[in-house]
Amino acid sequence: MNVISVRDLSIDYLTGHGPVHAVRDVSFDVAAGETVAIIGESGSGKTTVAASLVRLSPRSARITNGEILYTKDGLTTDVRTLDEEELRRYRWSDCAMVFQAALSAFNPVISIWEQFLDTGRAHGMRDRHAVRERAGELLDLVHLDPKRVLPSYPHELSGGMRQRVLIAMSLLLRPQVIILDEPTTALDILTQRSIIDLLGTLREQLGFAMIFISHDLSIAAELADRMITMYAGTIVERAAVRDLFYRPRHPYSVGLLRAVPRVSGSLGSVASIPGQPPDLRRLRPGCTYQPRCPFAVAECGDREPDLVPVDTPAHDARCIRWQAVAEAVGDTSVPAVKTGTAG
Amino acid sequence: MSALLELDHISRSFAVPAGRITAVDDVTLVLERGESVCLVGESGCGKTTTGRLLAGLLRPTSGVVRFEGNDVWGSTSGSLAAFRRSVQLVHQDPYASLNPTRTVFQTLAAPLLRHHKARRGRDVAAKATTLLERVGLTPADDFLAKYPHQLSGGQRQRVAIARALSVEPRVIVADEAVSMVDVSIRITLLDLLLALGTEFGVTIVLITHDLAVARYFGRAGRVGVMYLGRMVELGRTETLVADPAHPYAAALIAAIPEADPTITRSKQRVALRSAEVPSLLRLPPGCTFHPRCPLAEPGLCDVAVPALLPLPTAAGTGTRDVACHVAQRERRPAAELLGVG
Repeated sequence: MNVISVRDLSIDYLTGHGPVHAVRDVSFDVAAGETVAIIGESGSGKTTVAASLVRLSPRSARITNGEILYTKDGLTTDVRTLDEEELRRYRWSDCAMVFQAALSAFNPVISIWEQFLDTGRAHGMRDRHAVRERAGELLDLVHLDPKRVLPSYPHELSGGMRQRVLIAMSLLLRPQVIILDEPTTALDILTQRSIIDLLGTLREQLGFAMIFISHDLSIAAELADRMITMYAGTIVERAAVRDLFYRPRHPYSVGLLRAVPRVSGSLGSVASIPGQPPDLRRLRPGCTYQPRCPFAVAECGDREPDLVPVDTPAHDARCIRWQAVAEAVGDTSVPAVKTGTAG
Repeated sequence: MSALLELDHISRSFAVPAGRITAVDDVTLVLERGESVCLVGESGCGKTTTGRLLAGLLRPTSGVVRFEGNDVWGSTSGSLAAFRRSVQLVHQDPYASLNPTRTVFQTLAAPLLRHHKARRGRDVAAKATTLLERVGLTPADDFLAKYPHQLSGGQRQRVAIARALSVEPRVIVADEAVSMVDVSIRITLLDLLLALGTEFGVTIVLITHDLAVARYFGRAGRVGVMYLGRMVELGRTETLVADPAHPYAAALIAAIPEADPTITRSKQRVALRSAEVPSLLRLPPGCTFHPRCPLAEPGLCDVAVPALLPLPTAAGTGTRDVACHVAQRERRPAAELLGVG
């Protein structure tokens, strides 16, 4: 059963220089309890998509097409049609967003306890003791000492502790879906590891679905069941995590995977992707990745390719040359495991 | 190869409102001509302070900095200026390190003229063009008249590197120079820095928190791992990655998520005794890692500060330096002692 279903979503940013087509024709589903990673670089539209799921897009954003469907207890609603009161309930109680562990995610002048209380009150938890109890439970769950953390102010906590607090707060109202924006970026390695392990454990204990947005492939490799690669505002590939890592069929996914050096095993062949992403104000006809693509042929410039099934029905790529990619890349899982020469 | 730049038992402390912290504590590092060296560690480990000490931007509290054998802080101010020109720093954030009101040409022309590397007029234009070509911004004419806001993050970082090259430095210290650029183009920037070493004999020190970047960049060179101001392991990059000798280095390598679902989900972890990083204001006695270290022994690790000493590699192909009482006593690397090797 899908909890989130995004259909043909397009979002423009209105600027003084005309509209920027930040998200174009994006469709994907998230099933209950599932973890989906949306990966892509700056400007790929991944954060715009995530923000739209909880209607937190900046004022300049306009949804020009599509729907964002949320299903709870068999009832499906379009998030776009929620009124203020429904939206307030939907955020946190149904779908919570966890931002990067920056100080700016907190109110700097109130204690962590008051932040919990504020959130609880705004969502109808009138009993202070109930909030206190739930906050204590959740902080225990994220391995923080409630007695120490609750009276603290945000600036008194380390980056890793702040990220734990944000995760705990997002769980206050038992949401079905948690959206995490770069959950481990800017954290040190050991802290990053503890957050990844924590998210894995919480997901098992509480069964929520996770959507996380990251430029970091390794976190997707750790946690995701399925992956979505975005480029220039649109989905270029969608697959189960192992299919995307070992049998990528879109040249951009292949390029991204090759751009990341590994620490274990052999270094393999590592290379950057030449060129840079297109200007989203002036998109040329044809495939947006064509100017950077080593597989491109003349037809790639004719029209933007559709997202078509490749290999298996659950694996889609937006590339007319996917067979050529398949031939060149094949299946890297076998050598990657046995001799560590993937890439 | 010979010693070009040397930190000899360098320490540097800072006054903070709550007292005094020693950001870099007794670090010795000898850089050779044309070498590539990475410094890795988590925030607060002293890697950036070490970079600033290498670049002559900070005066050490104790210890000697030598450039081509001369004590740079002990002699006259003239030699300090020459030293500072020879070592250039490339900063992390190319959005902040370039003056937004200057064109690329103005950014490059200023140091060329200031340091008499070019004459006004056609000469300075030609030299600016050469610099841009060297960092791969071609055709240079497309870039000279541009302002930073018209460039991508990667292009800005290339301009910052070109500016560093303008004074013909012998050493470039790149502090997290690729962490703010997109993943897809990091490798070409690292390749560019490496090429400066092989083609022009420039020594490159890359400071990074990302061990995968350090491994790629330092694959032919050395890497130093720092923890709370001290160098805990220093050696060939491949040795560190395959066979870390210090328990902290072993824990870091085991903790790194890898861009490969099978490898990353089956990685062996090192369980630390505590997740808490001690404050620099109240450092633990002895080895500062002992409160977290799974190998720590009471009466040994909490008593004396371990010295950075050579330890043979597993393959018997040489040594690396490690500051760990237990690894030194057992004559075996921590990775082996912890069963993650």
